[in-house]
This record gives sequence, structure tokens and C-alpha cells, in this order.
Amino acid sequence: MGASSLIVLIIAAVAFSGIAILISTFVLKASTNKQKGEPYECGIPTHGKTWIQLNVGYYLFALIFLIFDVELVFLYPWAVVAKSMGWVALIEIVIFFFILFMGFLYAHKKGALKWM
Amino acid sequence: MWSFSHIANEMHEWLSKTFNPTLTLIIEMVIAGVAVIGLFAGLGLVLVIMERKVSAWMQIRLGPNRVGPKGMLQSLADTVKLLVKEGLTPDGADKFLFNLAPFIAMIVAMLLMAPIAFARDFQLWDMNIGVLYVSAVSSIMVISILIAGWSSNNKYSLMGAMRSGAQIVSYELSAGLSVLAIVVLTGSLQVSDIIQSQKDGWWIFKGHIPVIIAFVTFIIAVTAETNRAPFDLAEAESELTAGFHTEYSGMKFALFFLAEYVNVFIVCAIGATLFLGGWMPFHIGNWTDFNHVMDYIPSSIWFFGKTFFLIFVIMWFRWTFPRLRIDQLLNLEWKYLLPISMINLVVVTAMAILKWHF
Repeated sequence: MGASSLIVLIIAAVAFSGIAILISTFVLKASTNKQKGEPYECGIPTHGKTWIQLNVGYYLFALIFLIFDVELVFLYPWAVVAKSMGWVALIEIVIFFFILFMGFLYAHKKGALKWM
Repeated sequence: MWSFSHIANEMHEWLSKTFNPTLTLIIEMVIAGVAVIGLFAGLGLVLVIMERKVSAWMQIRLGPNRVGPKGMLQSLADTVKLLVKEGLTPDGADKFLFNLAPFIAMIVAMLLMAPIAFARDFQLWDMNIGVLYVSAVSSIMVISILIAGWSSNNKYSLMGAMRSGAQIVSYELSAGLSVLAIVVLTGSLQVSDIIQSQKDGWWIFKGHIPVIIAFVTFIIAVTAETNRAPFDLAEAESELTAGFHTEYSGMKFALFFLAEYVNVFIVCAIGATLFLGGWMPFHIGNWTDFNHVMDYIPSSIWFFGKTFFLIFVIMWFRWTFPRLRIDQLLNLEWKYLLPISMINLVVVTAMAILKWHF
């Protein structure tokens, strides 16, 4: 079908979810009270703010991921031509991985990969 | 011979004879949309009952057995139940983002259907960057999870979303690298080219040990990417109640649930396409008689058979391995899977250049 299929898929997804939610709002019988809107924390009143500080480890992994993800994007065009280019492609990728691996070792030495 | 492409061509001819071109296009789009929605809903129902039956079978119990023959209509009854449940929005929640998140999850799951070849010549869009498209679109999934967790105004949700984010982005790397192994061997990102390259044997048999390593890495990575046990600590029931969808109820929860199961199907379909030949029947080199016999089994049966086998394997994992802690999970990815898949990619490249594969 070509590129138009993506538009069809997006419309289908939105229509499917929208209609499902719409039907459920029509058929349900709901009563309201004050307790219904409280956050669910196992029956105990919630304590303090929700948006608390989280472990810095999550962000460190996100930063390292960013480097490797860009690397992965570079690898896609390389992978398509690797077979036809022959040994040059292999040598290039070994050099590329070597440089990347040095950075990875640095992050590891700095303790960025250690979960506190 | 009877085939999907034949039916599609006949339908296209008939429509263009009867209506003008614009109307033909609109009618074809509507048919495609309805077909995809039907497939989507059908997959959800089948996978939920399959999950429950497989779990029951692994634990030597009966599982759902009241609704319909052998409990096969249980998931239909559950859908009706979810339809009449109230979709609550908590008071402190960011209402717009809270309602947006299930839509994003559904759109992503639906968009991933585009490049999958369900049978011979039966594909929505055979784009020339199929594999890249899959990895690009599937990485949007994490955004819907983060939105859902952040906007719920609930600590469990936020915690689950953060864990899930760290986990999905980490395992995306080794999934991508193991997919690249096949791209190197084939020399194309197009799904139809990858399937055609396996007509004298699937890559998992032609590619020796490096491709098997890539396949195992891929399965581990996609299990983590779809948040399934043993990597389900994003929604670890015993500690976070339900993770990022704690506050979701009714139909919005059902949409997340559906998107999750369809994602499992899609990653298994991608795995089956890349490593097990997609709709390509089981062929051995140039044994023409044997290959000819295998061709009599329809291609859609081959595709769905392989995909559901992989889904079964992923369900099997759930009852075999205990859940990992988050530091163990990140160690497994960064200190084992990522270096292994990088070295493996170099080995595969050397193998492709030396033509050591069959």
C-alpha cells in the first residue's frame, strides 16, 4: 500500500481506542465520592509529594545509552554495505568499536555503571 | 494457486472498474484499517487466553475453564467486564497526559504492524528501511510509559515508569546489535529481501554459532523490552502493585494491556522474520523435491507457527526464571550482553566477508 498505510494505521489506532473509551463512558453506571480521586497507595493516605528525587543512576544510564544509541544509528548504513565492501568495512568497524569501548571502559572505571 | 496477493489484486481490479480512483483508494484504506483493527483485537484475545492456559499448564492446574468450551471465551468475557468498568482519573493527575498515554501506546503498537510480512506477498508496506523503521518506532513505546507513570500522581507509577525507562533503553542496544548481524549477512534492510535471502535455509541454520548467539541475545533483549518476566520489575506486582499503570482502570487499562500483548506478538514476528525465515517454508539448500513438498504448507501457517512458537518460549521464561533486581538487570545488559553482541557483530561480519555461511 505504500506510505499511505501509516496514515491508515494511525487513524485506525486512534479510532479503535477512542471508540472503546467512548463506549465504556456510555455503558458504565458510576457514582462519585471524595475517596475515589485519591492516589492508590494500598489504602494509606499518601505521604509527601509524589514527584520525589530519584536515584541518580537512572540518569547516568540514560546518558550512556545516548552515546550507544547514536553509535547504533551509525551502524545501520554500515551494515547494509559491509558485505560488498569487504575487509575495509571490518577494519573500520573494529577501529570504531575500539574507540567506543575506550569510552565505555572510562565510564565503567568512573563507576557510572554501578548501581548504588 | 490460492493466495492473499491474488485476492487483493482481484479486489483492486473490481473496485477500480466500479468506482472512480479516489473512492477506490478510500475504500481500500477503510478495508485495510478494519482488517488491522480486527487482527489487533483478535491477537489480544488469543494471546491473553494463551498466556493463561500456558501458565496453567506449566503449573499443573486447569486455568480458565468455565466460559465457553474449555474456557476459550474467557478473554471475551474479560473484555466485556473491562468495558463496563469506570475509567477513573485521580485528582492530582495531569489529565491531558494521563489520557494521552494509552493512545500513544496503541499508535506505536499499530504502526509496528506496517512492515511485517504475514504471508507471501502480504504486507502493508514493504519499505526499503524496514528493520530500521521497526527499531525507530518501537523506541517511542518508552515515551508512553514515562508519560503514564509521571502523570498519574502516584509514587508506584513513577517508580515503575523510571525502572521501565532505564530497562527499555538499555536493552534496545543489544536488540539492535543482534538485528544488525542479520542485516550484515543479507546486505539489505528491506523485510522482503531478508526473507528471500533465506530461501535455501533459515539464517539460524545457515549462520552457524554467531547467528545463534545473536538469536539468543535478541530473545533476551526483546523479553526485557516488552517488560515481561523475568524482566518485569517495571510492574513487579509484589512491590509496586502494577507499576506505571497502577492508576489506570477500565478501558484505558485495557488499551495498555492490549498494546503490551500486541508488542509481544510483534517482536516475536520480527524475530521469526529475521532468524527463522518469516513466511519462508523450511528449505534445505538445493534439495528441490524436499523444498517442493514443504511449499505445499501455506506460507501464513509457517509465519504464524514460528511466531507463536517464539511467543510460547517467552511465556515459558516467565515460569522458569525468578525476577531480577534492577542492578542485576542493568549489569546483565551493560557488562555481558552489550560486549558479547558487539564482538559477535564483528565475528558475523568476518564470516559474511569470508562467505563461511551456507
